[in-house]
Amino acid sequence: MKRLAVIDSERCVGCQLCMYVCNSRFGDAGLTKSAIKVRSAGGIERGFVVVVCRACPDAPCASVCPTNALVKRKGGGVILNPSKCIGCMNCVEACPFRAIFWDAEDNKPVICVHCGYCVDYCPHEVLAMEVWPR
Amino acid sequence: MSLPSQVLHIDLTKRKYWVEDRGELFQLYLGGTGVAIRLLEEECPRGADPLGPENPIIFAVGPLNGVLPLASKTVVMFKSPLTGNLGESHAGGRSATAIRSAGYGAIVIKGASETPIYLAIHEDKVYFRDARALWGVSSAITVGRVIRELEPSPGLRTIMRIGRAGENLVRYSAVMLETYRHFGRLGLGAVFGSKKLKAIVISGSKIIRVKNRKLFREVYREIYEQSIKTPLMKKYYELGTPINISPLNKIKGLPIKNLKETSSPLAEKISGELMAEKYLGRRVACSHCPVACIHLAALREPYPDEKYFYKTTMISYDYEPMYALGCMLGVFEPEGLLKLLDAVEVLGLDAISTGVAMAWATEALERGIIKKEDVEVELKWGDYEAYIEAIHKLANASNEFYRVLGMGVEKASEVYGGKEFALAFGGNEMPGYHTGPLAHIGFLTGARHSHLDSAGYSLDQEHLKEGKLPDPEKGAEELFKEESWRQILTSLVICLFARKIYKEDVTVKALRVVGIETNVEELRKLGIDILKAKNKFKIREGFDPSKLRVPKRIFETISPHGKIEEGYIKRAVSKFFKLTLD
Repeated sequence: MKRLAVIDSERCVGCQLCMYVCNSRFGDAGLTKSAIKVRSAGGIERGFVVVVCRACPDAPCASVCPTNALVKRKGGGVILNPSKCIGCMNCVEACPFRAIFWDAEDNKPVICVHCGYCVDYCPHEVLAMEVWPR
Repeated sequence: MSLPSQVLHIDLTKRKYWVEDRGELFQLYLGGTGVAIRLLEEECPRGADPLGPENPIIFAVGPLNGVLPLASKTVVMFKSPLTGNLGESHAGGRSATAIRSAGYGAIVIKGASETPIYLAIHEDKVYFRDARALWGVSSAITVGRVIRELEPSPGLRTIMRIGRAGENLVRYSAVMLETYRHFGRLGLGAVFGSKKLKAIVISGSKIIRVKNRKLFREVYREIYEQSIKTPLMKKYYELGTPINISPLNKIKGLPIKNLKETSSPLAEKISGELMAEKYLGRRVACSHCPVACIHLAALREPYPDEKYFYKTTMISYDYEPMYALGCMLGVFEPEGLLKLLDAVEVLGLDAISTGVAMAWATEALERGIIKKEDVEVELKWGDYEAYIEAIHKLANASNEFYRVLGMGVEKASEVYGGKEFALAFGGNEMPGYHTGPLAHIGFLTGARHSHLDSAGYSLDQEHLKEGKLPDPEKGAEELFKEESWRQILTSLVICLFARKIYKEDVTVKALRVVGIETNVEELRKLGIDILKAKNKFKIREGFDPSKLRVPKRIFETISPHGKIEEGYIKRAVSKFFKLTLD
């Protein structure tokens, strides 16, 4: 399988288009439902940090889910079953990258499904799809 | 929420806030400039003191912010403490999406706090936070760093703040956003300062609904591809705006040493090409802009007191600040220029007005109009260290001379003399173009007296290629048409650098994405209405087109179109105001 990878965050200009298009996969605009996040590395002068699910082969977020709403996906990462999710946010805490975001509207986690849509809109080749596990 | 409609009102005196639904206003005027001017008419009392609690600060965004690429800007309106009438400035950073995600189309701030505060606006909640400890901090960059640690939502928020210049009410002090972006012109920093408002943080996570989802994807892709795969935006992303230095120098349209000259072989030392080659350290973007026009120079400096000890500062360089603090002051030493740019950033000054003010002071000192005792610093063309010292004095309003200079060159030349070389138009200091009469007519007639109002500099250069100028009346019509259309872009709120992508038909299509059905004709008419409303507000506040002062210097210094004729300017200005005020 493939995963979304951050190839070179030094090339990131902080335009956040990846975030906007990720959000738009559900049809709406803004940034609320983005599964990827770009923020400055302690001020824009220092460049940017690109936070995205790394598709852990043994995902800690799934282990701490009390309702099995997060299921480990073959090859790495997780899949969310929203009907089982109780919004406890354990998964958010369990991810050391803080790559699980929160959809305040639905009270559910937002997790990258490694679809690669954002890659098409990264103007500077920060992101790419790569074969995973390596 | 598909279209912006909510207006957040904040009263700094009573420390209260409330929300009003003004959907009707956004329906009629879209957002941004269109809505802000209506709110300014309502909220700013006639004859208000720009530095009094009654002066409102109005931020406004539009229906395309957070939706489509390059719709990345926020408009702010207020009564300008520099010109005494319309204050309008535009900035990007992360402000536009942050305001929409917080759930607002506009934010109106009135009143004044007794002690320094900063505002934290997180969706429905507004917090009035103590900023006494932040008041007087020497660098506006530090203020951002401190607030960054105190407030939530990194990456999704805007942090606006003023520097010492704003605290000390320099009439052309700026508000810095994130870092390196600004509400630069016309003195918003002083309005913040007068309200003891040190900073504003805004964040939120509200969804922005889209009406036509299929069209959304289509238009999104189209605009994205236009912005990175066609030459339309190339000049902004490769070398950035400093790409202008060389060509303007070549055609002899680059104002140098207070516009005594328009060309110099030394200017090539700060060309966009050389700056990129030697100093470009990083390129960054506003949120939702793939172009990334913000160019940061990495300036590496050794410490004089310790061997093998260096600091590296990232300094934003753009054409206008380089013109004003470089060319106008004869500072062509790139590292000296970068240090000057950094000083202006840290102190929170508008780079254009500051450079023009320093250029006026240098010439006034040369001519003996002002004295060494007034200036305290021996200002000399090219001496960037002297200018850095003087700029600190200016930001600190350290004596009577700097206090007056901090009111702009219009005021300073009223007090000390030297009007003929005081390069202000409508009270606002001149941008970096002596390309011909149309640039200056644009500075005179533009609602903000800014080069971006109607881009006369661009028309001058187009007509230069044709080899002749239009009749003055025709020139005025061209400027009027351009400025009117720009009201639509700044109501949506699209970056004006993207004007060649958001052409009329593309804009109509983009609006259908969010459910606004309109046509080119309707938009053009609305643009004219908005421009007229802005000019009406100016007249209400005492602006008199018949009393516009034209600095003599522009007639003395030859432009690429030859000697600029006073009669041409008069006829064009008169025609322009006939179109705008009738």
